[in-house]
Amino acid sequence: MSEVVSKTPEKDERVKEISRFRKAMIRPELGSICGTILVFVFFLLVARDSGMFSAEGVMNWGIVSAQFAIIAVGACLLMIAGEFDLSVGSMIGFSGIVIALMSVTLGFPMWVAIITAFAVALAIGFLNGYLVIRTGLPSFIVTLAFLYILRGLTIFAAIATTNKTIIGGVRDAAQGDWLAPVFGGKIFYGLFVWLADLGVIGKFVAGNRAGQPVVDGIPMLIVWAAILIVFAHILLTRTQFGNWIFASGGNALAASYSGVPVNRVKILMFMFTAFCATVFATCQVMEFGSAAADRGLLKEFEAIISVVIGGALLTGGYGSVIGAALGALIFGVVQQGLFFANVESSLFRVFLGGILLLAVILNTYIRRIITGER
Amino acid sequence: MSDPLIELRDIEKHFGSVIALAGVSLTVFPGECHCLLGDNGAGKSTFIKTMSGVHKPTKGTIHMGGKEVNFTSARDAIEAGIATVYQDLAMIPLMSVTRNFWMGREPKKKVGPFSFMDFDKANSVTMEEMARMGINLREPDQAVGTLSGGERQTVAIARAVHFGAKVLILDEPTSALGVRQTSNVLATIDKVRKKGIGVVFISHNVRHAMAVGDRFTVLNRGQTLGTAKRGEISPEELQELMAGGQELAELEGSLGGTV
Repeated sequence: MSEVVSKTPEKDERVKEISRFRKAMIRPELGSICGTILVFVFFLLVARDSGMFSAEGVMNWGIVSAQFAIIAVGACLLMIAGEFDLSVGSMIGFSGIVIALMSVTLGFPMWVAIITAFAVALAIGFLNGYLVIRTGLPSFIVTLAFLYILRGLTIFAAIATTNKTIIGGVRDAAQGDWLAPVFGGKIFYGLFVWLADLGVIGKFVAGNRAGQPVVDGIPMLIVWAAILIVFAHILLTRTQFGNWIFASGGNALAASYSGVPVNRVKILMFMFTAFCATVFATCQVMEFGSAAADRGLLKEFEAIISVVIGGALLTGGYGSVIGAALGALIFGVVQQGLFFANVESSLFRVFLGGILLLAVILNTYIRRIITGER
Repeated sequence: MSDPLIELRDIEKHFGSVIALAGVSLTVFPGECHCLLGDNGAGKSTFIKTMSGVHKPTKGTIHMGGKEVNFTSARDAIEAGIATVYQDLAMIPLMSVTRNFWMGREPKKKVGPFSFMDFDKANSVTMEEMARMGINLREPDQAVGTLSGGERQTVAIARAVHFGAKVLILDEPTSALGVRQTSNVLATIDKVRKKGIGVVFISHNVRHAMAVGDRFTVLNRGQTLGTAKRGEISPEELQELMAGGQELAELEGSLGGTV
């Protein structure tokens, strides 16, 4: 090859210069960035004096957003890999009951209960993925089946062993356990005491916690959300495996012709989704001190909506973890913000449906631009 | 002439009671463009899928470098140096050119215990290889969907060449393209051939085949009707062989010889 490689690109007179602005716009996160700004502006105007933006207020919607984010991260990678998991909500209830049954009812140490729940969840995630791959059925149907199977098993297991659908006493069982604080603890207590001493955040003035800061640390739930977001974002955008996730969802056949182990990628993503659901369940069980068979209802749809608001395409192959996290933030802020703003909470669902529709329309438009479809 | 890169002898492929290939033989030499012509249903697709390891032949043998080889998967064939560019499965439109180019063979760099994709290297190599094929990308992270059909084929060909393909199979690379794009792809085939790579060019368009082909093999109803060298056969004769010398005869006059 002795050809001269020309470094200056030839201009094609039929291609319009794409402005920097337009280029910056063509990214999956666009819709969720706009949405986040809009939502914050709205609530700053409407609910500014309601305490929504005080330390307790921020912690309030921060926790709800983090809950959404944890399951959205899993759903996001899975959706980019071209599949859905509708069993996320049932998995949350199931994992919670597994932990409570193992620790409270059967008396195992808490760490054994938690590890068992994760192992069982990963196995079910594997089964979900394996069935989808082997049968070639849409993941929609396979995981819909598991939505019912897991929920039914959860209620059955709780009733059959304890005659109740809520199992309490988890907090006592977690006392002194080494693994439980990883999900139920808080960090940076000292920082918040210091901030309270400075007067940045308030202190309780009465009651048995008088003198303590009203917010006494960052819950592990939020830490988990942050870790999962960073991990998934780097995995997706910076690694070989991330490229395989995009390729598997973009066109599974073309990907496998190029040597991408599509089946392995998809099964691992089903397992990751189950893992995220179990992180959610464990944090929730530790926080409430109990497990209930009906926990996690409708969570699968909330996860999928967060991901779609975040700019992922339902058809797979395109999306962003940061977008999904912002989608979860929008979700949390609006759900709690309506409460602060004294708006009837049923309107939340109206908002949900509306923003979902807007997001999908915007995504379709963005896809047309990037793929050059007309 | 030097030794053939790949030699397929009396390949038969049966799907249940259907005989898709009934003894097809073909050789590919380094630096030649071997055109495989045939009408729809002639067995072209089955034949190249056998060659690229997707199908196992029912009968017949495949030899590479004088030794018999047995491909059990597409992966085997790729590792042996047989790269296939499928018409509609070459690229994933939603992914960037770089991500497509390296798909399945991503360059990695280590940072501590973690292994990341080396985007600096990936981007610069992609730009370089594309420029070599005569396509100047605006940027390596533009989506493949923004490229024209011919450019997509070229990315796929450049990728195959970069990863050391010895035999490059092109499945109807020009069938969905316009005139300008077709000539670009044909020019790319010429560049690839000059590197000593053996090109198998599948087409049902005699003009495209005549433009770059060194040898021509015609398939009809699962059988070879012989291989001809360039200059030994006219476009009209090729055309007739493809059609099995039948229905087209009456239209010959009004079509001006070739379709």
